[in-house]
Amino acid sequence: MGTRLGKQTVRLDSKPVIQSWAAIVGAKEGHGPLGRFFDEVIEDEYFGEESFEKAESKFLRETLSKILMKGNVSTGDIQYIFAGDLLNQCIAANFGVRESEIPFFGLYGACSTMAESLTLGSLMVEGGFAERCICITSSHFCSAEKQFRFPLEFGNQRPPTAQWTVTGAGGVMVGKAGDGPRVVHVTTGKIIDMGITDANDMGSAMAPAACDTITAHFRETGLPLNYYELIVTGDLGEHGKNLCLQLLEENGINIKEFYDDCGVMIYDRQRQKTDCGGSGCACSAVVLAGYILEKLSRRELNRVLFVGTGALHSPISVQQGESIPAIAHAVGIEMI
Amino acid sequence: MEQKRTKEEYKKWSQQQAPKSPKFKNSVMAFLVGGVICTIGQLIMRALLDTGMSKNDASSLTTLFMIFLGAFLTALNVYDDIGRIGGAGAAIPVTGFANSIVSPAMEYKREGYVMGVGARMFLIAGPVLVYGIFSSIIAGIIYYLIKS
Repeated sequence: MGTRLGKQTVRLDSKPVIQSWAAIVGAKEGHGPLGRFFDEVIEDEYFGEESFEKAESKFLRETLSKILMKGNVSTGDIQYIFAGDLLNQCIAANFGVRESEIPFFGLYGACSTMAESLTLGSLMVEGGFAERCICITSSHFCSAEKQFRFPLEFGNQRPPTAQWTVTGAGGVMVGKAGDGPRVVHVTTGKIIDMGITDANDMGSAMAPAACDTITAHFRETGLPLNYYELIVTGDLGEHGKNLCLQLLEENGINIKEFYDDCGVMIYDRQRQKTDCGGSGCACSAVVLAGYILEKLSRRELNRVLFVGTGALHSPISVQQGESIPAIAHAVGIEMI
Repeated sequence: MEQKRTKEEYKKWSQQQAPKSPKFKNSVMAFLVGGVICTIGQLIMRALLDTGMSKNDASSLTTLFMIFLGAFLTALNVYDDIGRIGGAGAAIPVTGFANSIVSPAMEYKREGYVMGVGARMFLIAGPVLVYGIFSSIIAGIIYYLIKS
């Protein structure tokens, strides 16, 4: 059973297998550079439902169904489901998995939820407590704007550091056997708060957390810096990605040649007018479950470090003048 | 990881590198959009005065028309685009004020007419109303004291 490698990292010696994955996205994401990698593109932002919150739940529910179908299993074969989202009390996840009858852990990691859930699901399998776990998350542009920012029809201007919440859901099934991509290392982040108070500049708030976790990962595993063919952060965006690279370089870690960010990958910034790029729980989730795992399973990539990043504030904390604490969780995924 | 910078230093350092708003372009667009909205108002006022209406009545009716225009364009999913381009030029005129009330009213319809629409429609306009009325009271008191 797994080996602890320091304060934050565990090596999973049984190397749990990511057996199945799925990503369902909204229109903007479907028309983006990674559009063809997603399982389904839903043009209707309501997904046929009465509210954005219900729509987000449906994205999650449909993605869960797809993961099970692609993995050729039913809900009875899953021991645990780890899920979360951005909404108050995580209602998208709660209502999304309501009918599944799977023992459920609800999580809040903001935009790092995909990495957090994948970490926990993998540890559960490694520990021998589950044959299979589902790790899934969702976000929706409209429900996120409603909760965190302004009404959709309000005529405000977005600052250039703003990011666009991804509409969709992405998830994986991780289990004991199979020949898919494997979870080999998990480095769990600690909260890093560098005093950023601007809720429109998540990149600045989260970059130090990403840097901290990536640094800890390499320090504790002892892996060479060029071990991974791709190191990808969740949603630092253009500005945050730039900051993260510089912060890492100051730590003696130069990964520029093989570093990217899901928020930057998911949209065509110029054409789709998405300011600094994508964000939201689904950002890293759909890029992982749509693009990265596909590339790994085809062996076009063999080793990827997936670093989900999250900003752990709320509208109330910002109004009270608090700064924005952030976290980043790293998952090392390899083809054996 | 050792933090090389204090929080203050990090804030400054990250802000220096952040993409900047195109201030000049935004100012020009605010001027143009605000100007167009006010010109429309002026044309309406002119048309009303030409019907022989008193200045006070024409003024009030023009404001009503402009409020309707702002609300209507919000409902048609157009005013958010005007605001994105015009910034303060769309927010300051009374059309912007109408937009700030109609947009949350539309957003919170799912939560019902009482706790949704009724309670939340002044989410953005509330402070304008509170502090606008409050300062009018203060101004009124000062005026009264000076006059007497």
